[in-house]
Amino acid sequence: MKTVFIVYLLAGLFLFASAGHAQERPYFVTYSHEMEEPGNLDIEFFNAVGKPPGGNRFIGSNIEFEYGATAWWTTEFYLDGQVTVHDSTIFTGYRWENRFRPLLREHWINPVIYIEFENTSADKALREVVGHDGKDDFIEPNAEARQDKERELELKLILGSNYKGWNISENIIAEKNLSNEPWEFGYAVGASRPLSLAARAHNCTFCGEKFQVGVEMYGGLGDRYSFGLNQTSHYLGPLINWTAPNGMTLSFSPQFGLNDFSIPRLYRFGVSYEIDQLFSRFHRGAR
Amino acid sequence: MTRRFSLTLLPLLLSAAAAFGAADGSWLKNVPARDHEKTNPYRDQADAIAAGRRVFVDRCSHCHGENAEGTKKRPPLKSERVQHQASEGDLHWLLVNGNMRKGMPSWAKLPDPQLWQVITYVKSLHE
Repeated sequence: MKTVFIVYLLAGLFLFASAGHAQERPYFVTYSHEMEEPGNLDIEFFNAVGKPPGGNRFIGSNIEFEYGATAWWTTEFYLDGQVTVHDSTIFTGYRWENRFRPLLREHWINPVIYIEFENTSADKALREVVGHDGKDDFIEPNAEARQDKERELELKLILGSNYKGWNISENIIAEKNLSNEPWEFGYAVGASRPLSLAARAHNCTFCGEKFQVGVEMYGGLGDRYSFGLNQTSHYLGPLINWTAPNGMTLSFSPQFGLNDFSIPRLYRFGVSYEIDQLFSRFHRGAR
Repeated sequence: MTRRFSLTLLPLLLSAAAAFGAADGSWLKNVPARDHEKTNPYRDQADAIAAGRRVFVDRCSHCHGENAEGTKKRPPLKSERVQHQASEGDLHWLLVNGNMRKGMPSWAKLPDPQLWQVITYVKSLHE
């Protein structure tokens, strides 16, 4: 019943919306310093498909609701789930994140403060890699992995720059499981740009301005007691996204584990759609 | 109860004040001379006006109106201030930096050529 309600709610939002213009950066893990426009709601559905050696193939998914509360504050709510072949399909938890931009003008490097609370278990969406996260975490059967509840506080310092059409973003991550476990650390870096910087005079579907390409790399940096690269996993992959004429953005990235501690290959794909000025739509009625 | 009502109302009033304040043009005083003097590489080009119109409809029209006529909360862009007082360099500075305290986001996420195309379109509206 709940599922039916959620499906109707989402369908209603899509019907209510005019064509959005998501055209997000193509990153899956890295955050840029760019905030959601005030009043806009971005709905994103991201997935990671992988197969750890000795384990079963899985698909970890998030659905995200990202809202621009102000020009300097973006808030986002996630629902997470996963499917593991020969095992089960489970809801793995939720996250609530907030991003704040302390400097209100554009600089060479623009910091954003990220604060997230997550309550998950058996999560396989790989939205970040921290500490000694590695391929062995994905082998455990879901029934056992679900017993390990992760109530975590995650902090990120997001640094971003835009230069001649390129976006370069660096994230420094610190995560603390609230049940008396040490701080864990991680990183993510990415660079991307549209294929064409200028817009065309006429509507187009497959022109360069509709595509963004890039590359991202991320991984763990150990924890408070064993900081460094020892027994940490790292991933690198190219990125591409395309914004369809109706405003929906499709993203894809094959990503490769860089050491034996990582899952050898991950395939990430996502869909996002932005609803402009959500609440003023309720006031004025749909156009 | 009254206290709770006041606490709820205060942010709304502040947001409304900020939205109306966005139209006061005070941002113009903050534009550095170097940015004020920047020239638009697409000035008066018909293709750039058409391309700028496309970007404007996608990105700006939800706040500033389909034809830049403004909305209840956001200012029109056919105004004397935008059309005559502000140089193209001033508008470029505003798009890059936004006026975040007053609700205008930074559009630095758009490539520079698209920002200039939007400015070319907006400036074409005075005719």
